[in-house]
Amino acid sequence: MAEKEKKIDFKNPKYYTNRELSWILFNIRVLNEARDKSIPLFERLKFLSITASNLDEFFMIRVASLKDMVSVHYDKPDIAGLSPQEQLKELDKVTHDLVSLQYSTYTRSLLPLLEKNGLHVIQAHEDLSKAEGEYVDRYFKENVYPVLTPMAVDSSRPFPLIRNKSLNIGALVKKKGEDKELEFATVQVPSVLPRIVEIPSGGADCRKVILLEEIIEKNIENLFLNYDIVCAHPFRIMRNADLTIEEDEAADLLKEIERQLKKRQWGQAIRLEVEAGIDKRLLKIIEKELHIKEEDLYQIPGPLDLTFLMKMYGMDGFDHLKKPRYEPQPVPEMEGEGNIFEKIQKGDILLFHPYQTFTPVVEFIKQAAKDPQVLAIKQTLYRVSGNSPIIAALAQAAENGKQVSVLVELKARFDEENNIVWAKKLEKAGCHVIYGLVGLKTHSKITLVVRREEDGIARYVHLGTGNYNDATAKLYTDMGLLTCSETIGEDATAVFNMLSGYSEPLNWNKLSLAPLWLKDKFLFLIRRETENARNGRKGKIIAKVNSLCDQDIIAALYEASTAGVKIHLIIRGICCLRVGIPGVSENIKVRSIVGNFLEHSRIFYFENDGDAEIYMGSADWMPRNLERRVEILFPVEKEELKKRVVHILDVQLKDNVKANVLNKDNGYEKADGRGKERLDSQEEFCREAMEQAAGEKEAYNNRVFIPESAVEPSYEIE
Amino acid sequence: MSIKTFAAIDVGSYELSMKIFEMSRKEKLHEIDHIRHRIDLGTETYTTGKLSHEKVDELCRVLGEYADIMQTYQVSDYKAYGTSAVREMVNRAIVLEQIKQRTGIHIDVLSNSEQRFLDYKSVASRGEQFNCLISSGTAIIDIGGGSLQVSLFDKDSLVTTQNMRLGILRIREHLSQLKLKPLQYGEIIEELSAGQIEVLAKLYLKGRKIENIIIVDEYISNALAKRDRALLENYIDAGQYVSFVEEIKGHSLSEMGKLLQMPEESMFLLYISSVLVMQFQQAMGAGRVWVPGVTLCDGIGYEYAEKNKILFTNHDFEKDIIDCTQNISKRYMGSKKRGETLERIALTVFDSMKKVHGLGKRERLLLRLAALLHDCGKYITMTNVGEASYEIIMSTEIIGLSHVEQEIVANVVRYNYREFVYFESRQEGRLDKQSYLTAAKLAAILRVATALDRSHKEKFRNIVAALRERQLVLTVDTTYDITLEKGLFSSKAAFFEEMFDIKPVIKRKRGV
Repeated sequence: MAEKEKKIDFKNPKYYTNRELSWILFNIRVLNEARDKSIPLFERLKFLSITASNLDEFFMIRVASLKDMVSVHYDKPDIAGLSPQEQLKELDKVTHDLVSLQYSTYTRSLLPLLEKNGLHVIQAHEDLSKAEGEYVDRYFKENVYPVLTPMAVDSSRPFPLIRNKSLNIGALVKKKGEDKELEFATVQVPSVLPRIVEIPSGGADCRKVILLEEIIEKNIENLFLNYDIVCAHPFRIMRNADLTIEEDEAADLLKEIERQLKKRQWGQAIRLEVEAGIDKRLLKIIEKELHIKEEDLYQIPGPLDLTFLMKMYGMDGFDHLKKPRYEPQPVPEMEGEGNIFEKIQKGDILLFHPYQTFTPVVEFIKQAAKDPQVLAIKQTLYRVSGNSPIIAALAQAAENGKQVSVLVELKARFDEENNIVWAKKLEKAGCHVIYGLVGLKTHSKITLVVRREEDGIARYVHLGTGNYNDATAKLYTDMGLLTCSETIGEDATAVFNMLSGYSEPLNWNKLSLAPLWLKDKFLFLIRRETENARNGRKGKIIAKVNSLCDQDIIAALYEASTAGVKIHLIIRGICCLRVGIPGVSENIKVRSIVGNFLEHSRIFYFENDGDAEIYMGSADWMPRNLERRVEILFPVEKEELKKRVVHILDVQLKDNVKANVLNKDNGYEKADGRGKERLDSQEEFCREAMEQAAGEKEAYNNRVFIPESAVEPSYEIE
Repeated sequence: MSIKTFAAIDVGSYELSMKIFEMSRKEKLHEIDHIRHRIDLGTETYTTGKLSHEKVDELCRVLGEYADIMQTYQVSDYKAYGTSAVREMVNRAIVLEQIKQRTGIHIDVLSNSEQRFLDYKSVASRGEQFNCLISSGTAIIDIGGGSLQVSLFDKDSLVTTQNMRLGILRIREHLSQLKLKPLQYGEIIEELSAGQIEVLAKLYLKGRKIENIIIVDEYISNALAKRDRALLENYIDAGQYVSFVEEIKGHSLSEMGKLLQMPEESMFLLYISSVLVMQFQQAMGAGRVWVPGVTLCDGIGYEYAEKNKILFTNHDFEKDIIDCTQNISKRYMGSKKRGETLERIALTVFDSMKKVHGLGKRERLLLRLAALLHDCGKYITMTNVGEASYEIIMSTEIIGLSHVEQEIVANVVRYNYREFVYFESRQEGRLDKQSYLTAAKLAAILRVATALDRSHKEKFRNIVAALRERQLVLTVDTTYDITLEKGLFSSKAAFFEEMFDIKPVIKRKRGV
């Protein structure tokens, strides 16, 4: 057996899936939610919108990066053996397919349904009635016209800057009365105005909306008064936005990012979206000026940039077509008398967001800011909400004379501008602000409160899997731990010492840190299971992460599988591991949960020969998390908390509504729910949280049975 | 709240570290934070004697941050010590003043013997384990950047302590100049150290069996801690240690760094330290090795807690100093018996004069040491004992003494023999007025004691001293003839009288 195992090269590219292609599969899973008839109509709009913004980001970061590689002739193959060139080629096909699927979903499923439910989306301004046309024209004159900046191009005027992700209307124009050649003109659809404009209509049972670009198109002759408009069509470009900051060279990281932000708009265009049926002459000009290649052109049979659907989701009056809003529930351990520190002293507290409210975390910092015994508050911040109560509390703490140290990660993608603003605000309040670490993104989520108590210094620590963001905490599923364990407190102090630039501590008690030793820790934990299984003991791993694409981890999992370890992976997004490869991954099952909330927590379970160990953390199983970021993995040690985490994993493994299972042909299928109780893990957790808050101890036992035909067809996997 | 928060700062040769302790009778020394900043001060001061601008800036910046951290913990007191790198700075007064002005932190400079004594205290602070080990032959090897200190114990007492210029930074400098292949490192380190180890063995071991080695260092401690924290709790077999060293030798530095999860750049220093210790272990034939993983900061904290009566120890550190001094005396063929007699008489006088001389416990110790070393110069010359003794004491390391204290002791012995040179007219020496005065007072007392034991016959073994008005009445309980002492006493006692304006007089106990 051991002999045979050695012969397998677990790193053979054929055992791996390319991460970009796997990501596309993920976006398709999200798109499937938009196509799922059992989901309320407006929720489906939201999912479609998400696939659109996801795809935008994917282009700006991933595709752009591949294109950079190709342009500098970097041709090292990825873990699946594909060169950047080959990856782009494969992506070209699947992204085009994805876009067609998005638009067929929009036009064939969602639009008719909207119509049926009393919301008429006017496709083209030509379809407007006379009265509606007049309303729209007036709206244009009063609201739109003043903010437009039309630009024409001729030999004396250069081609204008087309902003990244902006929606524009390109037109071919001709000087009035002259028979000269056609000229190009363009105008940006202003992002400051609402994209969806409602037109007053007679009845309350049928509301009508039109998109802003249609209104502009209808009135475009008013923008180029001396010209005849030959044709006008919307277009949109995506630019390379993968800014890699030259940290070695940047004397001041902050300045460098500010500089890069302005530069981002100028990146090279890597995708052009145009309305299907665009005038060929117009298209040619745009393609030429923006250096667009054939494969980067997307002819769109519908409105460009579907992210406006999120705004549509927000329209009033359609609540019956939305999922009832879930109110995060209070945490039972937080109830009752006494301050939060006394409550933590009673025992570690596990938080499960968004089922449970994020308030305890905000409260933790708020109370620390006011508590006279608190000496210091230290926190890492990655992405925070616009009007963050945490920032306010930290500033308050500094003003109250507490020592407040905040590590602000400026390199958090797309959030830099926001981050700089509040980082400066914190500094003004007297906080000690550390602007990230050179060469590393600080992704860990940890807060330390140092308190002077009767018998000396006590440390209170919050560790989490998600960001300190009260807004996303209502949408992302994350876990947190509040503890005053002395050993974790010591480690937390050491973490902040390191983040402040001091040397690594001589010894870590409980926490494992990336990029130092976290990967080794995971490999150790996986290999321990492998060893146990080889020696005839039970080996079992359950891991819930957002992405799995680290080759060393995957190879270790393959090896474990070969040794007989039962492995269950719950991976929302990218998964480069393949299941069902004979002799390699037969013991590995992968499922992905895509639901109303974004699955975000990272939980790890290792059987450890009957003495199970459970960890949670901020890191995914990706090289960037394990090697280029500061991440923290922390153990859950209290028995009753371990039981709760095991239960959470268990429910997710039993989900047969929102779970998709990876099959050996590298496709995802809905989990088989036939003959089983219908179980939507996210709904189940909502229910449990409500029960817990209501003080009911007995698990909810009265699930509704749904007839088989109501769920999407599913198939037996093995 | 009977908890004191204390900060110990160690301005070391290659690291600036601070430990925050909570001290209470109940919890003893509880470490709550340990902050370390890597800064190589040693390389610059060892070669140029000065610290560059950039280094001073960095030092001030980090110390400023340390001051903030102390404030955060509401530290009630701190102690900052500079070691060899600061000691070897030619302009240290300027630099330390600058640091004081910029950060508010006052740094005291430790003499080597004080530093080693603190390191030693940090080991002793580990209690039982330590006491158990030193009952048999034990060597504490304290590895620093510039030098290395070996202290030998036998039967619970300190035999000797020797400083050797085998610091790991120094050795690294040597090695880097030689342009060697990694394979040769081990050999060269052995060659560099073999001579000195041989001398140590010849002079001080003298067939003494050294069974245990205790290592005070950073790199071996860290490496073992990384492997298993429990390894620091107890001693390990020499065999286990040797195989650990073999493992280090058998891997490249980067491999070893990965294996131990330690930064690669510290692997070379780990390599040097562990090979050095193995040299000692093999030369001494020690069978057990203990790496308690303590640092100077632990010693600083321990000393502070001891001084402030937060912590009580059953180990008598003063005895270590006295043991060590007795061994020095023995090496120079000093008379143990006479030394002890002198000690007894001198202390009797000292104690009875408390109100007059105003000296404390520490000066009392210095007097004891001076008494024990009173004739060490005789080993060199019979005619100029004072000067010879002075030179011997000044060039011998007495553990636990600062430079100033060492010079006081040397002066006390010197002026026990030769005429006193007044502070105003002295030509040499570094003592300030206050310390010089202390030396003078102690010398005056020792002179009286010497006069009383003129014949070396210990006639005045049982003496009682009492201060009466302006007289110090020394009542002696002896049947011996004391004509010699009485006759010569007044001339010897003149200096005492000048010093204290008190006349010592000898009386024989009534009824004898």
